Amino acid sequence: MRDKIVLEHGAGGRLMHELIGEISRSLKEPMKGVDKAVFKTPSGRIAFTADSFVMKPPVVKGCDIGMLSVNGTVNDLVTMGAKPEYLSLSLIVEEGLDKGFLMSIIESARDAARRARVKIATGDIKVVEKGGCDKIFINTSGVGRVYSGVKASTLNAKPGDAVIVTGSVGDHGAAVLAARGEFQLETDVSSDCMPLTSILETLIRKRIPFHTLIDPTRGGLATSLNEVAESSRAAIQVEEEKIPVKKEVSSLCEVLGIDFLYLGCEGRLIIFTPMEYAEETVKALRRTETGRETRLIGSVTGKSKTGEVRILTRAGGLRSLPMLHGIPLPRIC
Amino acid sequence: MRFIDEYRDGELVKGIVGKVNELLEELGREVKIMEVCGTHTMAIARHGLRNLFRRNLDLISGPGCPVCVTPGSGFSLVFQAAETGRTVATFGDMMRVPLNGRSLSTLRGEGFDIRVVYSPYDALKMAEEEPEKEFVMAGIGFETTSPLFASVILECNRRGVRNLRLISLFRLMPPALNTLLEAGDLQIDGLILPGHVSTIIGVKPYVEIVEKHGVPAVVTGFEPVDIVESIRMILRQLVENRRMVENEYTRTVRHEGNVKAVRLMQEVFKPVDAEWRGLGKIAGSGLALREEFRLFDAVEAYGLKPVETGEPPGCLCGEVIRGSRKPVECRLYRKICRPDNPVGPCMVSSEGTCAAYYYAGIEK
Amino acid sequence: MCLGIPGRIEEVRGTEATVSFGGTRRSVRLDLLDNVSVGDYVIVHAGFAIEVLDQETALQMLNTLREVFRE
Repeated sequence: MRDKIVLEHGAGGRLMHELIGEISRSLKEPMKGVDKAVFKTPSGRIAFTADSFVMKPPVVKGCDIGMLSVNGTVNDLVTMGAKPEYLSLSLIVEEGLDKGFLMSIIESARDAARRARVKIATGDIKVVEKGGCDKIFINTSGVGRVYSGVKASTLNAKPGDAVIVTGSVGDHGAAVLAARGEFQLETDVSSDCMPLTSILETLIRKRIPFHTLIDPTRGGLATSLNEVAESSRAAIQVEEEKIPVKKEVSSLCEVLGIDFLYLGCEGRLIIFTPMEYAEETVKALRRTETGRETRLIGSVTGKSKTGEVRILTRAGGLRSLPMLHGIPLPRIC
Repeated sequence: MRFIDEYRDGELVKGIVGKVNELLEELGREVKIMEVCGTHTMAIARHGLRNLFRRNLDLISGPGCPVCVTPGSGFSLVFQAAETGRTVATFGDMMRVPLNGRSLSTLRGEGFDIRVVYSPYDALKMAEEEPEKEFVMAGIGFETTSPLFASVILECNRRGVRNLRLISLFRLMPPALNTLLEAGDLQIDGLILPGHVSTIIGVKPYVEIVEKHGVPAVVTGFEPVDIVESIRMILRQLVENRRMVENEYTRTVRHEGNVKAVRLMQEVFKPVDAEWRGLGKIAGSGLALREEFRLFDAVEAYGLKPVETGEPPGCLCGEVIRGSRKPVECRLYRKICRPDNPVGPCMVSSEGTCAAYYYAGIEK
Repeated sequence: MCLGIPGRIEEVRGTEATVSFGGTRRSVRLDLLDNVSVGDYVIVHAGFAIEVLDQETALQMLNTLREVFRE
C-alpha cells in the first residue's frame, strides 16, 4: 500500500477498490454496493439534509473535518426535529494527500458516527489533481425520522418564548482562528464539535413544546438569532451577562478585537420554547452530557416586521445585534 | 480578564451615569462632546452606551480612525507596491478598503502577495525568513503605532535586514485636533481624548490646544467605566466653568507619556505636512523617514507615485470624519454601504464611525 | 486609535516577553519599555508593550469610584 493518494485511487480500478475496502473496513460497515444503500420506508415524516465541509485547516484542537462532517449533518437533522439515522459520506481528495492522514479522518468520522448513534450507509471517493481541492473536502447527507407531533421551524418563534442556549458559544470558530496561526497566539481553545441528538431526545422525553431549534454554526449566535427573528418576524432580546462563553474564547476575541457572538459553534443548540417551560428545560438539559452549561439567555419580546435582535450589554446599555456581514477579520489597531 | 472586567461593571456604570445625567440636567442646554478616537467610537457602540444618557448629550465622532483619514492617494502607493511584485505586509483593517472598485483583498485573490500581520515585528521575521522577497510594510496609524515601526526599522539596521521597507502614512493627532477646533464650526463643548495615543505622547501636548480653544478635554481609557467617568469629568468642568486637560486613564497614561517611545519615533521619523481625508492638508501632521533611514523608504526605492482618487459619489466619509455629519445622514448608509459592500473606509475599518454605527444597529 | 489590551508578563527574555491575556498567550516586544518584571501588567498594542499598567493607581481609582457611585 502506498503512502500518498494518487489519481489512480479515484479512477475506478483495482487501486480504488483496495482503498474503498480499507475505508469500509475502518468504518466497520460492510458497504455492499459501495455507493448505494436500500431501506424499508418507515411511516411518518422523513427529514433529509446535506452539507459540504471544507474546513481550513482540516484539523483543529478538539475537531477534524471527519468528525465535523458527521456531527454537522447529524445536528442539521436534530434542528429539523428528527432522530438522525443514516448518513452518506462522500470525499474529494487532493492528489498527494498522505494516506495515513486520510485514514485518520475516516476514523474520526467513524468514531463520531458511533457517538452520534448513526450509521454511515454509503459513500464515495474521488481524487482530483494537485490544486483541484484543498487537501480534502467532504459532503455528508443524512436522513432521519421526524418525531411525531414535532414542528420545529425558524418560522415558529412566538412572543413570550424563552431563548435557551445549550452551552458556551464561539468555541469552534475560535479554535479554527487559533489554528490558522497567523497571529501566533497560544491558547487552550478547543472546538465544541459534538452531536446534539441527546438534547433533542431529552426535550422529547420531557414533552417540552419547543417552537424553534437552530444550531449557531457559521456566523455564530448573533447570526442565528437574526435568522429566526427575520423568519418569525420577531423581536428578540438577549443579555450579554447571561450568554455562556469560555474564558479562553472571550480573551482570544479581546486580543484580536473580534466579537465572539459571531464565531461559529458546532455542538450547541438554541431552543425557543414558551417561557413557562424555560426552567424545566434548563434543568433537564443540564443533566445531559452535552448540555451541562445550558442557560436561559433572553426572550422573544414581541413582533417585528423586519425581525430585530437586541442585546443588553454588561455595562447596562441596550443596542442592536445585527447579522454578520462579511467575514470577521480581526481588528489590529 | 483583569483590568478589563472591573471596568465593565454594570452597577458602577449605572451609578456614574446617574451623576452624568444630573449634570446634563443642570446644564440644560445641548452639550456636544467629541470622542476623537475610533476605538472610543467602537467601544461606545459595542457597549450600547449612547442611549444611557439624557437627550441633550450629543456624542460625535472625530477623525480618530487612521485608515479612514488616509487619503486614497496614500492607499494607491500600497496597491502599487503589491502590483509591482513586492510582498505587502499590512494590518487587517486595510484589506477591504475600496479603491476604485478594488481592495488589497481582491488583489490577493488576483495572486499578489499580501499578508495580514498582527504586528510590524512579524513583517521583520517574515523578511528574515524569506530573503529573496522584497517586503513593504503599510505604515498606517497614529502615535500609538509609529513608535513600533520606528523600533522595527532600528532593528532592521541592527540585524542587517535589507529586504524590508516602509510606506509611511502615519499621522499625528494634536495638529488635527487643533485644525478641527480652529475651524470652529462644530461648537464642541468637550473632548474625549485618545487614551493610547496619550500613553505615548502624554498629557502635555493637549494643554496648549485646550488653552487656545477653551474646550475641556479628558484623556480617557476604553472601557465603559472610563468613558462614562470621562464624560462626567467634562460635564463637571462645564458646570464649574473650568477649561483644562484632565487625565481619567491614570492607570496607563503618565503625564509625560512614554518618553522612550517618543524618542524612538523622533529618531526615525520627522514631522511633515500631510493630507487628511475630511480635513485637508495639515502642517506637520504626518511622519516621514529621516535622511539616514531613507533606504527603508519604499516609495523612493521603488519609484512609487501616488494616484489621486476622488471620493466615490455620494460618500460622506470626509464629513463624517470631521464630525460635521453623522453616518445616518449619508444616503448610502445601510442601503448600499454596508460592511459586506463598503463604499468608503469609514464602513470598512474596524474603527470607522459608519461601521460602529452599523454594528450598533443605529438607523436614525 | 487604538486597540491596546492589558496582559500579565509571564516570562521575560531580553527584548521579548510572554504575555498572558486572560489565558491567551503571545510573545510581545519590549523595545518601548525599560523595566519590566514577571507579574507586571502591560498594555499591548500590535505585539508591543507600550506601557506598564500602574496597578496601585488602578485599584485606588476603582475603589474611589465604587465608594462614590456604586450602591
